[in-house]
Amino acid sequence: MSRIGVFVCHCGTNIGGVVDVPKVVEAAKQMPLVVFADENKYTCSELGQASIRNAIDEHRLDRVVVAACSPRMHENTFRRTVAAAGLNPYLLEIANIREHCSWVHSDHDEATVKAIDHVQMAVAKVARHEALFPKTIGLTKRALVIGGGVTGIQAALDIAATGHEVVLVEREPSVGGRMAQLDKTFPTLDCSACILTPKMVDVAQHPNITLLSYSEVKEVRGFVGNFEVDILKKAKMVDHSKCTGCGTCWQKCPGKVSSEFDLGLGQRTAIYIPFAQAVPNKPVIDLENCRYQTFLKWDESQGGKKPPECRICEKICPTKSIDWEQQDEIVTEKFGAIVVATGFKTFDHSVYGEYGGGRYPDVISSLQLERLMSAAGPTEGEVVRPSDGAHVKNVVFVQCVGSRDDRVGRPYCSKVCCMYTAKHAIMLKEHDPDVQCYVFYIDVRAGGKDFEEFARRAQDESGAIYLRGRVSHIYQDGKNLKVLGEDSLIGRPVEIEADLVVLATGMEASDNADTLAQTLNISYTIYNFLIEAHPKLRPVETQTDGVFVAGSAVGPRDIPECVAHGSAAAVKAVALLSQDSLKSDPLTSIVDPMKCVGCFACKVVCPFNAIEEQVTRDKRTVSSINENLCKGCGLCVVACRPGAINLRGFTSQQLLSEVLTLVRE
Amino acid sequence: MVQAESSSLEPVAKRVYSYYPGCSLHASAKEFDVSAKLVCQKLGIELRELEDWICCGASAAHSTSHLLSLALPAHTLKQAGEKGLPLAVPCAMCFSRLRITLHELKKKETLDLVSRTLEKELSTDVTVESMLDVLANESISLPVTKPLERLKVACYYGCLLARPPEVIGCDDAENPQTMDRLMGRLGAEVADWGLKTSCCGAGVSFPRLDIVLKLSHRILSLARSTGADCIAVACPMCHANLDMYQKDMTAKHKEKTNLPVLYFTQLMGLALGFSPKELHLDRHLTDPLPMLREKGLA
Repeated sequence: MSRIGVFVCHCGTNIGGVVDVPKVVEAAKQMPLVVFADENKYTCSELGQASIRNAIDEHRLDRVVVAACSPRMHENTFRRTVAAAGLNPYLLEIANIREHCSWVHSDHDEATVKAIDHVQMAVAKVARHEALFPKTIGLTKRALVIGGGVTGIQAALDIAATGHEVVLVEREPSVGGRMAQLDKTFPTLDCSACILTPKMVDVAQHPNITLLSYSEVKEVRGFVGNFEVDILKKAKMVDHSKCTGCGTCWQKCPGKVSSEFDLGLGQRTAIYIPFAQAVPNKPVIDLENCRYQTFLKWDESQGGKKPPECRICEKICPTKSIDWEQQDEIVTEKFGAIVVATGFKTFDHSVYGEYGGGRYPDVISSLQLERLMSAAGPTEGEVVRPSDGAHVKNVVFVQCVGSRDDRVGRPYCSKVCCMYTAKHAIMLKEHDPDVQCYVFYIDVRAGGKDFEEFARRAQDESGAIYLRGRVSHIYQDGKNLKVLGEDSLIGRPVEIEADLVVLATGMEASDNADTLAQTLNISYTIYNFLIEAHPKLRPVETQTDGVFVAGSAVGPRDIPECVAHGSAAAVKAVALLSQDSLKSDPLTSIVDPMKCVGCFACKVVCPFNAIEEQVTRDKRTVSSINENLCKGCGLCVVACRPGAINLRGFTSQQLLSEVLTLVRE
Repeated sequence: MVQAESSSLEPVAKRVYSYYPGCSLHASAKEFDVSAKLVCQKLGIELRELEDWICCGASAAHSTSHLLSLALPAHTLKQAGEKGLPLAVPCAMCFSRLRITLHELKKKETLDLVSRTLEKELSTDVTVESMLDVLANESISLPVTKPLERLKVACYYGCLLARPPEVIGCDDAENPQTMDRLMGRLGAEVADWGLKTSCCGAGVSFPRLDIVLKLSHRILSLARSTGADCIAVACPMCHANLDMYQKDMTAKHKEKTNLPVLYFTQLMGLALGFSPKELHLDRHLTDPLPMLREKGLA
């Protein structure tokens, strides 16, 4: 016969203010198998936990019910409590009388009756609990970092510093991400490249880091500690083991195309490194634009002149590194932990018809302005108009383009635009004292260390004129642009003649963030930003053990936040990798192979791919649960027609006894 | 087109519309009415003017009573519905009021309220099309006899043919192309410019002429700066503001403003072989005839 103890919590007034706790205790004492019941002001406190331990000891309790808050809150706390008193931690049941009762009811009497019902159900269930034991699983002590922007770089360096191996996968030919495209950073005006490139080089040189540039994660199998990842290494057509990065090829290549890195403001060659400080500093060939490829694809039926064979890069390469035979390749690697740092892209402003819909060359995005201001950019730091190369004097900034705007499906604030626009206004004035900047804004959001002072500096020292209101229309008038808007503080329309308009485009999740999230089995928002396990208390973990998220892939963030989150994710990954083995949660499904008919209805519903096929000794194919993948959600139990599956800790018998208790009266 | 099928009188091949000219087209914008009818006739489009149409309410109704602004067009919509033909509306303001009313009547409470007010059973089973959309339909072939070559046209749509986009269904509320493509098919060169749907000032000319002068002058001078020979419009209000005040603008800006403003139907008429006189090209305050003569079109 079980000896059950019941501990009812007041939770201050959270529960005690609505539920008559002493009455629940008295009722509990009358329940079958209950030999002890008591109340606590705060059961989770050290005092409350001690009272549970003492009662287990004194009254020889073998099962415990805690009637308190949600099990999401303190189930683990109380499991440790009962374990400390020598009980199996799974011989505990939580009756949630806070979230499910006191917080949602106002009638004290009825709430008390309901709380008693909850306790009664928990008592009936815990009587049928069995001792459960976690399994020990091994792990691969290597980490995968997806995304080579500043967040991923930071995470990779921090993990590598603890002696663990890291593979850093970057989709582009170079690491660096968006930060590499920036000129200066707010509010300190550090040169972005100067502070980033040393880290990029560190990544390339660190003995514990393997950098896979121009590569993408395609498939992820396995579970925490034991992930198996297929990585697509796109054909670079250049043998990087031979290439010295001398640059002869990209200086001579005749295939010129618009540069992605310079956002269409400059050109690159078909064999290229995206920017001068690229890491690795070795080129890839863009096959779409390579003249040799055009030559190979040409056939006479198209008519016209046969294109030249080119192959100049191959002819002049001093190390014979050009390899036309290279193919895309998939490599499979094992990892214990994964950090996702896939970053962001900027909003495409061409959906704003009133700002020209992308028609006017002198209406540019803020990131394009960064390239114009950068000494390594297409104009070597001269801020000139894309249309005619003239120096700019009147510059209009428009805030919240693709942010805080429901019409374009982007109701959120991108957080960094107010500050980078202040930076632009300050920098443009430094470039040329004759420049006048105008900033149309909704609010200036300058929350952060030294941010408000910096935003004021743009106005007070750099003389930027801030106009509170939206721009209604931008149109080309001769060589200049006319900007029509409203100054809502004086309630008047304003009209400004500008030579350059800069749209503060907001932050969006990067391309295919949703596909990658699906591959990793982690959640994402309707805007494709990744979802953390808890927005406040578990900011870098996800609902999938062993997968961590960091940086602006989670939501709009500035550089210091991204770096902090990169480091935070690294610590979490290292904490995982530092263990010699992992313990699996025993609350998983279990199949009775004698009852299983092999229909695999369970496999269809399982969101975690935990159902495997197994052949029994009598040659029947039955389902079997991979306990390392199973999260104990119970979907398979419901789907199983012959009732062959049970969920440990929530067996059909346990749930049924709860229900029976409730309906017996 | 369910209505058209149910009306047994209509031969299928022929395009037949109910026609709602609106007040302006019987008065200040008579040339729009005349030219639209001529062009339709030439293109085999039959217009049957509603017998008992009334004013759409224009800006006067919706700035005084929301119910009135719906009830007036609803009366016309009721008639159009009974005819079982789509309704063609040249005036942009009338078109806008009719479309918005139709849109609002899709809400049952509004439909009931307006039905009670008019003591008529209303339905929303009627199509309202702007004359621009009727004539720009690319399945209609244009028997052009005098192509508008050497003529550069700045197409001006104004506010009401573009907005609100969810009601009007304009191709692009900031940079529409319907009239541009139509003018292109007539042989004209079209200006790519940025004020196609900017406000001309509309009815504000009565209380604050200065605002209209400012807004309309901005439109005229930008059109002029793109090298356009004329502006094509589809709205009597816009036409009045752009055409009528050019002398005042010349006086104010000490710079001659002289840019003819024509209804797009008049330009169509010219290309289809009608004479300036037939198209009432002499009714504009900014005389287009010297320019048209110079281009060999008049």
